[in-house]
Parts: sequence; C-alpha cells; structure tokens
Amino acid sequence: MSKSANEPVIQRPPVTADVIPVPVAAEVTRRTKIAGFSIPTDTLRAYTMVLALVVIWIFFHYATSPNAPGFVWPWEGVSNFFLMLKSHILYFFSFDWIKTGIFLEARNFSNLMRQTSVTGVLAVGMLMIILTGQIDLSVGSVVGLAGGIAAICQGWLGWGLAPALTAGIGTALLIGLAQGALNAYLNIPAFIVTLGGLLAWRGVILGLSKGETIPLRLQAFKSIGQDYVGPMIGWILAALAVAAIIWTTISRNRARRRHGLTAPGLLPTLARIIVPALVVVWFIYMMNSYEIAPGRFAGIPIPVIILLAVTLGGAFLTQNTTFGRYLYAIGGNPDAARLSGIQIRKHILAVFCLMGLLAGVASIIYTARVGSASPDAGQLLELDAIAACVIGGTSLMGGRGTVFGAIIGALIMSSLDNGMSLKNVAPYTQNIIKGAILVAAVGLDMAGRKRG
Amino acid sequence: MTTNEQRAPFLEMREITKTFPGVRALDGVTFDLQRGELHALVGENGAGKSTLMKVLGGVYPFGSYGGEIRIEGAEQRFNGVREAEAAGIAVIYQELSLVKDLSVGENIFLGREPRRFGIIRWEELYRRAQALLDDLRLPIEPHTPIRNLGIGQQQLVEIAKALSHDARILVLDEPTAALTDTEVETLFRILQQLRARGVGMIYISHKLEEVFRMSDRITVLRDGRTVGTDVTKNWDERSVIARMVGREVGDIFPEFDHPHGDVAFEVRRMSVEDPNVTGKMLVKEVSLSVRRGEVLGIAGLMGAGRSDLLMAIFGAHAGRTSGEIWIEGRRVRINSPRAAIQHGLGFVTEDRKRFGLVLDQTILNNMTLAGLPRISGRFVTNVDAEAAAGNRAMKELRVKANSIFTIAGTLSGGNQQKVVLAKWLLTNPRVLFLDEPTRGIDVGAKQEIYAQINRLAEQGLAIVLVSSELPEVLGLSDRVLVLHEGRVTGEFTRTSATPENVMACATGQEQRLEVRG
Repeated sequence: MSKSANEPVIQRPPVTADVIPVPVAAEVTRRTKIAGFSIPTDTLRAYTMVLALVVIWIFFHYATSPNAPGFVWPWEGVSNFFLMLKSHILYFFSFDWIKTGIFLEARNFSNLMRQTSVTGVLAVGMLMIILTGQIDLSVGSVVGLAGGIAAICQGWLGWGLAPALTAGIGTALLIGLAQGALNAYLNIPAFIVTLGGLLAWRGVILGLSKGETIPLRLQAFKSIGQDYVGPMIGWILAALAVAAIIWTTISRNRARRRHGLTAPGLLPTLARIIVPALVVVWFIYMMNSYEIAPGRFAGIPIPVIILLAVTLGGAFLTQNTTFGRYLYAIGGNPDAARLSGIQIRKHILAVFCLMGLLAGVASIIYTARVGSASPDAGQLLELDAIAACVIGGTSLMGGRGTVFGAIIGALIMSSLDNGMSLKNVAPYTQNIIKGAILVAAVGLDMAGRKRG
Repeated sequence: MTTNEQRAPFLEMREITKTFPGVRALDGVTFDLQRGELHALVGENGAGKSTLMKVLGGVYPFGSYGGEIRIEGAEQRFNGVREAEAAGIAVIYQELSLVKDLSVGENIFLGREPRRFGIIRWEELYRRAQALLDDLRLPIEPHTPIRNLGIGQQQLVEIAKALSHDARILVLDEPTAALTDTEVETLFRILQQLRARGVGMIYISHKLEEVFRMSDRITVLRDGRTVGTDVTKNWDERSVIARMVGREVGDIFPEFDHPHGDVAFEVRRMSVEDPNVTGKMLVKEVSLSVRRGEVLGIAGLMGAGRSDLLMAIFGAHAGRTSGEIWIEGRRVRINSPRAAIQHGLGFVTEDRKRFGLVLDQTILNNMTLAGLPRISGRFVTNVDAEAAAGNRAMKELRVKANSIFTIAGTLSGGNQQKVVLAKWLLTNPRVLFLDEPTRGIDVGAKQEIYAQINRLAEQGLAIVLVSSELPEVLGLSDRVLVLHEGRVTGEFTRTSATPENVMACATGQEQRLEVRG
C-alpha cells in the first residue's frame, strides 16, 4: 500500500501482512516498565499468561466447590447481592474450597489435560503456520476427515490398527501438502485456500461416511485416547524432566558466560530449577493420584503423553533448528528473508505439511477419545487452535510467538470449556464467554503495546 | 528590499529544523512562496526536500519540528494533513494517493461527497467533477475507474482533486517522473493556467531542464540547509549543479589504494522489465564489471534503475530480466537470492527496515540469517558457534549495543546498517553489492562504514557501491558508472569523475563513456 513507485518488487508468495498492512510505527516496544523495573515485554507476557491460567484454575476450583455460596445479580435485590458478596468473602477465606472443589481434583484435572491434548497438538502446528504469516482455517474439517477415514478403514474395511492410523494421518498430511502447494506455488492466500478446505473436507467426510457415525471396533485404537501409561512411567518421566531442567539451566548459564553475558546468580538459578521442577512433580502427582478403580491409580493419559512429545518436538524445531529460525524470519520480514536466501515457498509448504501431520495426530486422539468418528467431529477446532496461539502471544502478522505460549493458550481454552461445563453453563453462554475472552486478551495486548 | 512590505510572501517557512534519531534532516531552512509563483526546489536525494514538504503538508505535526510556518502573515500550526489541506495546501506525492477501484469523480470528492440527508447526490458529484475537469481542459470522463487511467492521467486527476479543495499552495514532488512527453506538456499547460489564477506552486524535480523552463525562482537545498535561492534567470545549470554538490569531497573519506586483481564479476547486457507495466524497461542493456579489490560506484538519481539492477543481478526482481552474469570467468545462472549467495554474492540492500532486517529478532539472528547453515549447522543450530561469529562481527564492525541478543529494531540506524553489513560478511562473499549503505545514518557511522568498505576492498573483495549521495560515490570508488533512466550514460575513472561531470550524466544532460572501448 505504502510502497513507492520506485521500489523494486520482490518475487514471493503473499502473507497476511500484505493483505492487512501493518503500520510500520507499531513496531518495537520490547521492554515494559513496571514500578521502575524494565522487563522484556515478551517475558512479561509469558508470566501474564501463566498467571491468567492460574487465576482461571483457582476461580473454577473455588466455583466448583459444592459448599460455595450461590450467585445473585445486583438487579435481583441490592441487599441480597451484598449479602452474597459477604458470604463469598467469608467462604473464600475459610479455605474449605481447596479440599472440596472439583476442578483441580485428580479426576477432573486428568480429564482436563486429556481435553487439552487435541487443541494443544493443533496449536503447535498452527503456531508454526502463523509464525510464517499464514493461517489454516481447515484443521477442524481435516480432523473430522482424517478421523473418519481411520475409522472407516478399521471398521468398514476391516483394516488393522497400523494401516488405519496411517491412512488417517496420511490423508491429513496430503491435505496439508496440497493446501501448502496452492498457497506457496500458486500464490493463493492461505486464508482462501484453507477456507475452501474448511468447506470441502467437511463435505468429503459427510459424503464418505454417508452421514453416519462410525464406531471404533479395535480396542487398541480406543486406548490411544482413553488409556494411561501407569504411575511408574509417570515418575520415571518426572525424574527425567527434573534432570533435564537442572542440566539445561546450568548449561544455559555457562553458555551465557561464554558469550560474555551476565548469568543469573545463585538464587535466581535455584528458582529457575525449583519452580519448574515443582510444577513437573505436582503435575505427575496429580496424574498419578487419579484412582480409576479402588486401589488402581491411573498415571498420565496417553493423549497427554502425545501432547508432551509434540510440544517438545515443536519447541525444539522452532528454537533449535535453522528451519525454525527461518520460520520466524519469513513471518517477521518476508522480503528480508527472501533476500537472505531463504526459500520461502519450500518452508511454507513444509509448515503446511507439518500442520497436516499434526492435524492427523489430533484426529486420531479425538476419535479414540470419543470412541467413534462422527462426520461433524472437530468442528470449530481451527478456531480453538488459532485462539490458543493468539492468547499465547502469537502475532497473526507472523514472526512472533512461542510453542510454550500456544500450549498455555490451549490450556486456557480447554480450562474454560471444562470449568464452564462443570458449572453447567449453557453451551451458548460458553461460546459468548470464550469469544469475549479471546477479544479481550488481544485487546489488552494491543493496549499494552501502544504505550511504547 | 524596500518593496518587502508590499510583497510580503504568501507562504513563509522560517528556520525549519527537523531531526530524526541520529540525523538532522532539516537545519534551519527558510523558504517562501508568492501567489502565482512557481518556485522550484532542487537538491540531491536526501537533501531534505521531501522532509520540508512533509512539514508543510502536516505529515509531521506541529511540535515535531522547529521553526514556523506563516500563510499571509498568520502562523500556522498543522496537527495533521487535514488541517494543512484546510489551509489550502495540497501536496501531490510521488506515490499517488488515489483509490484505484473508485471512479475519477468519486476520488476527487472522496470524503467530501455532496450529500443530502446523508445520501450521496451522485449526479451533483459527477456534474461538479465534470466542471472541474472541463475547467482544466482535461479530456477525462469522471465515471472512468482510476485503474483504467495511465499514470500521467492519474497525476492530472490528483491535481484536479487538489483544486477541488481550493488549494492555494500546490506542492508537486517529481511530477513528471512517470509521464510521457505529451502528458508532460499537458501538465505544464495546467501549471501555467494555475499560475495565472494565483496558485503558488512548489516544484520538486531532478530534471533541471524542466525546472529552468517552468520556474520563476529556484532554491537549492543541500544537507538540510538552503544553499542558494534566486530568481531563475540568475541561475544556469552549471551553477545549480555546483550548489547541489558543492561540498568538500574527500574530507570524511579515507585515502585508499586498492590493489586490483582479475575481473571477479561481470554483467552483460542486463535488462529488467517493470513487473507492473508490460513493455516498460526499468534497466536497459546495462553491462558492468568489477575486479577483485576494486570499488565500482554506480551513481544516478532516484528512479534511474540502480536498485532494480542490483535486485535483478541477485535474482530477486519480480520483473522479467535478461542478460548474462559471469563470475570469475564462468557464466552462472542466478534465479534466486539463494543461488546468488551460493555463487558468493552478498547484497547489502537499501531500506534496511524493509529489505534488510527482521526487526523483531536479535542482532545475532539477523547477522547469521543469510549464512546460517555455514555458521551454525545444517539443521540443528549451534548457538555457541553463532555467538562466537556474532561477537566477532560485532567487535570488528563496532556495533554499539548491549549484547548480540539485543533486538535489532531497537538499534539506531547506523548500528542497524552495520548489522546488515555483518550479515553479508558472514556469508563469506566474493562480490559485495552495497545499495545506499549510509542512507539516514549519522556522519560518525557513515565514516565507519566508509572505512569498512575500504578495508574490505583491500582484502580483495570486489565491491559495487550504489549511492545517490554523490560525494560518497566519488569519495570511495575506483571507477564510477552513471545511470539515467535505466541506461548507462557515463563511465568515469577516479580522476575524471568530478561532481559536475557525473551530475550532468545523471540528469541526462550528457553522455560520456570515456572508459569504454
């Protein structure tokens, strides 16, 4: 838009920022000042997200306690309203809700994590798509189609588990390949390609399944979504994780010194080890203390194991590889990336393939968890995934965002779902609240950015 | 001087100063304009003409610059473009501001459509547009979509739009850059008409011929200062050029003596077509060669095709290109920047914010971007190796920042430019292209970059330096090539390249190809 007549034009596929031009001046506010402390804005954002998640969890845990007082709107009588406020304050400080709340109880927490796994896996793929300045609106339909195909293969065609899973995931991968190619090599904006995909793939599965819900025949298939790995493996993983935390923290400090930077002192270093280690131990403890049957403890649900693997893989890919570095560069400044010799088209194609692959994985978890493939499975999942990324601090213009943030975003989204369902909030109200929270999260972020 | 009272200028800009971080773009410029006068503003690229007009046009609001603006003696404090427009100032920029999918009439009255009860009165709108166009004797149908008009006609619509605002001061920034000869004549006829009506006009142009033909008065800007203002008949082309370039060349440029080796890089008959306009050539049959250790300067004015040439060589131009590229005696094909990098070319692009840096990323990530597999690892990155390379580059180029992990967008222009330079040096190039390497950075940083260019040439790198700052080209190059409208119009050795000679070729006044056989 603001390109001058004399400026050379560079050959490359379109990105979101071309369609919605960003004012150049909106760049660069990297540090936020709070009470005299200058904190890198990205770090602050990460803390804010985690804090928001904790607040949401505490709120729902409190609200789901059966002993918690009811709720009265002020227009139902002002005096009643104030009485209610008073009884809430009293109840809150009685701390009875910590024991009686349902939300953070082992059983529900285990469920919550399992619910998060589908959105989380999709969010990791979506993050990489958005990093490059693209978007994928088709993932919900792809999840429906891939899950349906896997179910059809094992049910109607009588295939075994491995071929059925391969068929489902392979379909999703091919779709990613096709959509990526249309975007990267034919220059059709991703928004359009995947909007078309959103409609088309849903149509395909409706046609293939003839509108029927296909039950899962293989127990092994179901157990991907419904089983647990057992407490022992949980504790082994916890030990490995804690060791990894210690090792990375120490080696990062060493690296910082080697690069001529100041490394954090002993106390901050200890905090950086102890806090995440406690979170890991607490997490495993929660998973393991869910008693499925008297005397039988669950351990980590298999979908959560898959999500952890995808998260670690995604974090490694985005942070520790040339591939990941290029994704950030492409989204941050496609022209500079191209002139630096980065093959933008190939990378965009690759990200769409990855998204397809992850949508395939998510579809398997989804289908296995439900126990059957319905043709309208996965609807609106693309929006959950995009919302997770955005709440997690990803810029839709590309170039900014982390896997960690996207996972926190996914946790926030699924916590809202889970908590509101526990409170029997009507589905329509749930949608309104989720929508409002998404807009508010981005609004706050924008307001914070403008100040700089 | 006694008539000063009677002829108080219509527009007066006094002691205008405007600074950007690290650069003083305007340094106490004084400028005035009479009713019905066409006052030409000339100067090299970066002399401050456009900045001055942006101050006048309200782009830089009151308070962001120093000095005062008066119209008919009354001080003006514009807080935005709208207020400047209301005061009768219309600026026609090089990049046109018309909405391509709306009609001529809709564009002329955009935002000010005649309406009744909030409903647009289309007939009234088109009647008034027609009247306006008739008045200017423009054969344009007001219902035509802008998209269907040529760039020249669009410019004329832009002028009609300005007049519909009752503009009393019209600023034309390089109005003829994209026009054909007949369109230029139409434009000049209209300017004469406006002059007769008492509209004051500020005319910015590189084309001195036009300036001498049309203007009543000429003001020359250099380095953000007025260095001469007089009625046109007291100037001639030589004296204008002398004022434009007249500064001490050489004082900030280091002495050098590059030992020249074999021909490292050669381009034969390179042509580039405009990707948006079929048949329009941006670069026409340009040939050039550089030896190891040699600095080849390419001079030329804005729009001469310098950047297009470099983009095309680097395989990044969207337009169709033809021509041959030879590296160290072998013909190579370069169809992407990746191929160019693999063949040992490096390209410090102009406009570091648009083409050079990922502003969100750290200095280190930017420095290693082009050479990442070489520096870090083919797939898994090695932060230690990167940091070592980054720290070395940082020290060598004297980038001032807290650490290599500082975000590139927070740096000053000069340091950003050093980061871009480091990025390309880390690809280990044999030929380095530098496009406007010192635009918008302060003198200290400039000098450091000049020193680097010399150091690199001494190490045997072949360098192609494009700059619109003439002293820079003259002070650093062993040989100078001049482009004008996509064609080579001059080639000089270091000794024969005087500012006057080069400027004469760059403005299309002369052709001198003395070095060529």
